[in-house]
Amino acid sequence: MSASPLLNVSNLSKYFGGVKAVNAFSFKLMEGELLGFIGPNGSGKTTVVNLITGFVKPSGGEVTYRGQNITGWAPYKIVRLGIARTFQMVRPFYQLPAFKNMIIPLYSPRVKGMAGGKYGDRDAIALDLLEEVGFERDSFVAYKIASVLPQGYLKRLELAKGIALQPDLLILDELFSGLSLAEVASIVPIIEKLRYGGMTIIMIEHRLKELFRIADRVIVLNFGEKIADGLSKEVMESDEVKKAYLGSEED
Amino acid sequence: MKKRKERIDRGIKVRSEDIFALCSWREMLYLSSPRLLPIVGLFVLSFVLSLYWQKVLLSVSVIALLAISWDLLAQSGMVSLGQALFFGMGAYLAAIMNHYWGWSPFLTIPMATIFGGLFCTVLLLPVLRLRGIYFAMVTLILPIMLVRVIEATRIFGGTEGISGLTPLPSRWFELYIIIVALLAAFFGFRRLMGSDFGLVLKGINDNDRSVMNAGINIYWFKAQALFIAGSAGAFAGAFMTHVYMFVGMPVFALDYSILPIAAAIVGGAGTFAGAMFGAFLLVPLSEILRGLGGLRIVFYGLFLVVFIVALPEGIFHYIQRKYNQFERWVEVEK
Repeated sequence: MSASPLLNVSNLSKYFGGVKAVNAFSFKLMEGELLGFIGPNGSGKTTVVNLITGFVKPSGGEVTYRGQNITGWAPYKIVRLGIARTFQMVRPFYQLPAFKNMIIPLYSPRVKGMAGGKYGDRDAIALDLLEEVGFERDSFVAYKIASVLPQGYLKRLELAKGIALQPDLLILDELFSGLSLAEVASIVPIIEKLRYGGMTIIMIEHRLKELFRIADRVIVLNFGEKIADGLSKEVMESDEVKKAYLGSEED
Repeated sequence: MKKRKERIDRGIKVRSEDIFALCSWREMLYLSSPRLLPIVGLFVLSFVLSLYWQKVLLSVSVIALLAISWDLLAQSGMVSLGQALFFGMGAYLAAIMNHYWGWSPFLTIPMATIFGGLFCTVLLLPVLRLRGIYFAMVTLILPIMLVRVIEATRIFGGTEGISGLTPLPSRWFELYIIIVALLAAFFGFRRLMGSDFGLVLKGINDNDRSVMNAGINIYWFKAQALFIAGSAGAFAGAFMTHVYMFVGMPVFALDYSILPIAAAIVGGAGTFAGAMFGAFLLVPLSEILRGLGGLRIVFYGLFLVVFIVALPEGIFHYIQRKYNQFERWVEVEK
């Protein structure tokens, strides 16, 4: 492969006072890859995502997207370049109906630009997108106020809001957490479909079994540092990863 | 035997939300009467009221304008305690243009509206990042600060203020210009919040990081909302300056900040109709209570407490529910 990486993160660091949340973290992401981030709780996975998407300013290091340095940019500018994310703690607009939640990403300048300066019928596009992620069209669930929706639908809504932005790189922050096995099984094909459509995806997950089935590559973090990077199966064989997850015997 | 209250939407409400509303007079009336009520009501009031109450209607309309401008900000996630900033800014700008440059009120009022909104937006730009109580505190401090600046530097007449400004042509003109402005702002704001632009503002109120995450610059949207609300407030100030033919430090007084908020809360926050309704209730009430002398504030406060405890959702939400729904008692168990 000759292509330069889509996303290049080098020596990214974030310190909260004396705590090194992320320390000299580097990785490269190729176009079309599905990368998994795993690691114990508090290992800095979400902070890495926050650093890439601009929600947190890094203490050091560099993030380059398609050769452009985007370190410390405002989140909305990064989204306009084509990096969309979902939140681990869902962030819907609770006062609005589910399909009206979709209007706000669809109103984004990025979507307008990609549609050639026209928005089109946003309500219809919103309902189509929601159907894609599993809001059944023949039920009224897409018209319900977000505050009454169960967690499963809120996660799907979060995913739909990400897809609505037509990103090149989609970052899913623990999309599967809090979902039942059946719900996860129904969302996996949606992600695979996006990936075969050419989208590059980063997934943060604790559901290792489901992640290993779809991920090309996995990066393991512990205490803000990368401890392993490689194919799913190989990574779990590594002693350091076992130690991070299960604890070492000397302690 | 236990009973519970059941609420059912009037069928007519569902039917009248579409083109089918045009099928019958009854449905058209159901839909249009709440919208026609403020328009017809205001014009009828302007005819039947005595000179004294016409003056009251004038200040009611000004407070109503400030209240809906407060509500617009509140719906966009900016709780302001400083409507007096908008009011005072418009008032002083109009006075300066009229007194020092000799412009006619027909020029000063529109100019003060636009530039008042603009100056307020620029003043508050640095604090747009703040949310909730922090934003509120800054808006509270700014008008108090401006008063001290005027007092200390003695600019624009200092503590004396500027008097002898050009009045508006007639009292009828005064009355109708504020009524038309109030109705235009009221229906305009309602339409604005119903549009996708308004949806983004509501989204910012609900969850601003999520809006940011949609590739939308929330500060640009907040600044636009601030400009619109600021302009409405500045118009009220510029208008009152020419009515009183005087401008002084009281235009930055706390009354112009607190009364609109009280009106919006009592009337029902989150709806412009509620904010307007609240102003039409509170300001005349304070006039009626004038006869009580010193005890006026006590009774006024008591009234506010009673209303907020009895109807925390606001009067308008209560009326709206009664209008749109049937209520009946149904048995739940024997």
